[in-house]
Amino acid sequence: MEYEAVIGMEVHVEINSKSKVFCACGTDFHAPPNTNVCPVCLGMPGTLPVLNVDMVNKSVAAGLALGCTISRWSKMDRKNYFYPDLAKNYQISQYDLPLCHGGYMDIEVNGVEKRIGITRAHIEEDTARNTHTIGGGQSGVDFNRCGMPLLEIVTEPDIHSADEAYAYLTLLKQTLQYLEVSDCNMEEGSLRAEANISVRPKGTTALGSKTEVKNVASFSGVHKAIDFEIKRQINVIREGGAVLQETRGWDADRGVTFSQRQKESAHDYRYFPEPDLTPIVVDEAWEQRIRESLPELPQARCKRFQTTYGLSPYDAGVLTAGRPMADYYESVITAGADPKKAANWIMVDLQALLTDAKQEITDCKVAPEHIAELLTLIGDGAISGKMAKDILRDIFETGKTPKAVVEEKGLVQISDTGAVEAIVRQVAEGHPAQVEQYKGGNEKVLGFLMGQVMRASQGKANPKLAEDLLRKLLNG
Amino acid sequence: MTAPWCDKTGHEIREAVVRGDVTARVVTEAHLARIHALDGKIDAYTQIWEEYALAMADRVDEKRRSGATLGILAGVPISLKELMCTKQGETTCASKMLAGYRSPFDGTMVQRLAAADAVFLGKVNMDEFAMGSSTENSAIKTTKNPWDLGCVPGGSSGGSAAAVAADLCSMSMGSDTGGSIRQPAALCGCVGIKPTYGRVSRFGLVAFASSLDQIGPLTKDVRDAALCLNAICGRDPMDATSVDLAVPDFTAALTGNVKGLRIGLPKEYFTDALGAEVREKVMAAIEVLRGLGAETVEVSLPHCDYAIAAYYIICTAEASANLARFDGVRYGFRHPDAKDMRGMYVMSKSAGFGPEVRRRILLGTYVLSSGYYDAYYLKAQKVRRLIKQDFDEAFEKCDVVLGPTTPSPAFRFGEKTADPLEMYLSDIYTISVNLATLPGLSLPCGLSSSGLPIGMQLIAKPFAEETLLRTAHAYEQNRGFDMGKPPIA
Ligand SMILES: [Zn+2]
Repeated sequence: MEYEAVIGMEVHVEINSKSKVFCACGTDFHAPPNTNVCPVCLGMPGTLPVLNVDMVNKSVAAGLALGCTISRWSKMDRKNYFYPDLAKNYQISQYDLPLCHGGYMDIEVNGVEKRIGITRAHIEEDTARNTHTIGGGQSGVDFNRCGMPLLEIVTEPDIHSADEAYAYLTLLKQTLQYLEVSDCNMEEGSLRAEANISVRPKGTTALGSKTEVKNVASFSGVHKAIDFEIKRQINVIREGGAVLQETRGWDADRGVTFSQRQKESAHDYRYFPEPDLTPIVVDEAWEQRIRESLPELPQARCKRFQTTYGLSPYDAGVLTAGRPMADYYESVITAGADPKKAANWIMVDLQALLTDAKQEITDCKVAPEHIAELLTLIGDGAISGKMAKDILRDIFETGKTPKAVVEEKGLVQISDTGAVEAIVRQVAEGHPAQVEQYKGGNEKVLGFLMGQVMRASQGKANPKLAEDLLRKLLNG
Repeated sequence: MTAPWCDKTGHEIREAVVRGDVTARVVTEAHLARIHALDGKIDAYTQIWEEYALAMADRVDEKRRSGATLGILAGVPISLKELMCTKQGETTCASKMLAGYRSPFDGTMVQRLAAADAVFLGKVNMDEFAMGSSTENSAIKTTKNPWDLGCVPGGSSGGSAAAVAADLCSMSMGSDTGGSIRQPAALCGCVGIKPTYGRVSRFGLVAFASSLDQIGPLTKDVRDAALCLNAICGRDPMDATSVDLAVPDFTAALTGNVKGLRIGLPKEYFTDALGAEVREKVMAAIEVLRGLGAETVEVSLPHCDYAIAAYYIICTAEASANLARFDGVRYGFRHPDAKDMRGMYVMSKSAGFGPEVRRRILLGTYVLSSGYYDAYYLKAQKVRRLIKQDFDEAFEKCDVVLGPTTPSPAFRFGEKTADPLEMYLSDIYTISVNLATLPGLSLPCGLSSSGLPIGMQLIAKPFAEETLLRTAHAYEQNRGFDMGKPPIA
């Protein structure tokens, strides 16, 4: 029998607000334990939560980008359970009326487009972090993370393979980064993905019992874990067993999922409306204001780069993978550069320098105008392509302008016909034997003679002009 | 026992301090001396902040000497209910769970009183976590009613009411979730006002039931209540439920004029459940107001029979979550014999909370449980809306609703502790006001044949505290008798 996998994703992203969701504490990930805390996020008696408006704005932006309907009226709820990482022993979250619902993302896998439904995206507060490594048989709790603003994004069970899950996560991350609402840094935990996986005989519609795979540290880990889990579940069923509904972890070293805890018949969280907070009312004008502030999203931008700049789908995809790179590229174009040449220089030469230096485009000292200037210098024949690469390396390190480097190093190309002709003549006179060989039909000698011309001019002779003059002289 | 300054109201003290007739220090010393002399019998105070109070008083006197303008409560000695967060002293909520707990911050109300140049004498007793109607649920001590030491002072703000009645402070800050300011005020012969939900910031009030809790003062007269509201009302960015509404000068409402005022008398409040003596005194008070030109009209609050049931579902549900944080992990009581995490939770909570608090947490957990939520919590919310609607309709016919505060005067210790339901009924007239988020005020309207105070309650539309104060003040100025002082005073 053939089986198919049914997968739904739950993604928690930390919204990059300056302060936590219900208090004024900062959100610095690197702060020493229990320094970004206050009586409110510590749940001290007598404190009250106050919802951070920036969090709502950014969540609405995310919801709109995911094609969601924004609830005109939504509310926060208390989710009750006891655990030391929860200061109040309830988490303020959204239960039956999420801020955003009913959206979708169109992913592409192997050239085929597919729509993944977004069930909902809701606001909640993050929990603290328990550590069991402080020694002395003691456990510690770091409350820095407690109250960090989280957006939980839940998909429909529309995903059927690890590839699709990977494509969804990649596009989601790309989109949220475009919106600048989250860093989506999995290592720092600002993006956490959980996959709910079940399998069923192909052609049937009933859902099998699902496992929830948690605590995976990378997208490629999620891909591997889903692949493994699908195979494992199919094997369990083929061997006549039943898939247990449980939470499973991912052992990246061994490449296997493992049972973490079996669900005690669905936890009763005793949700009820949070009485300390007033309802969240996002009226049409508010939604419209945010809609108008949305940047162009990655998929739309990629298409526009192809139609407007004549780029190949591949090049457009690379240049729009991240918003900073796409912005950079367009700044180079705005500065007057040829779109295709600019794409080449950025993707090949500049990217090589960035990769070597382990830098992001946002750290780059080369201003977009300088790439355009460099391309102009090449176009004008003032410098050769080879010289341009050297200049680029120089400005990448120093942040100087191309013109300054050219002048400083005397790199200006000799394009004056008289001057180049003098050098050509001098070389021809100095190598009578080679000149004879050329005249005798040996075209290859031209390369040698050109090399001599470049050497005599210390590399500054305009190569195209030099070759033309050399041919003219030898053929004349 | 004579005690200069202790029998004075807050506004009298403030005026005397501003005029220079007396220093805040002298007033404070007088009160501290009286507390030392008398509180052994009443047990209102849980903490006496001797040095702190004198330092606050000295700052007021220094301010006066420097020529600066004095705050509206300059030199007024105030006590605070045990659940008001203060950096000074402890904030125990009269619970073993928080014995020794020190809050890292001052609540908004406390900050505002301090900014108005008030003097804090200390903290006063209450039912544990404000759950109770007699202050018998305190884990610290048993507070007595100054009018009869064998009777309860009411609750949960029983320490506040007893302290004001016995002249152990000039006003006291209480909190009211279902009647916890008005009921003890009635039983001890004080004025007590629960402002509209959202009028006073709850930041720094340890929560019992978040959608019902509200801070308010217990005072010796209506003017002091108005004065105190002037200091504590108004939007607070730290409390999302505090309302952004202009705060009027409440003392300006004390015009003495109630001509044409329409007073609604709910027929459901004047049934056989109401004690004869209370009925008689309340009816007499109505006559006084009629004599001043007020009109009366019968109104109906048909859903009030369901108020207690709805209240005990909503308040326990909210309390079950609000009190979940007391788990021994970060602060408060942790059972010394706990061996693991689960044991720490179970043993700390079992031993740290008293029986009434445990009962309400269990009740609240139950009504929120899956399968019961719709039948209890959701239905209670519907009843709550109906009760609010009853009042909306009543206020189409009248400006203020008048009735008894409690069915009977103060009861004796132990009289109602055996049956929790019997105890819950003592809040029968006050609970609806919290459910409907309205302002309510209790003020004395006479003494029973056994010399116990009787209170009447005034209820107004949301944010119509001025109407309450105007009506109460007009009655107070014209009631034609002196309440006198409790025998102990
Ligand atoms: Zn905080």
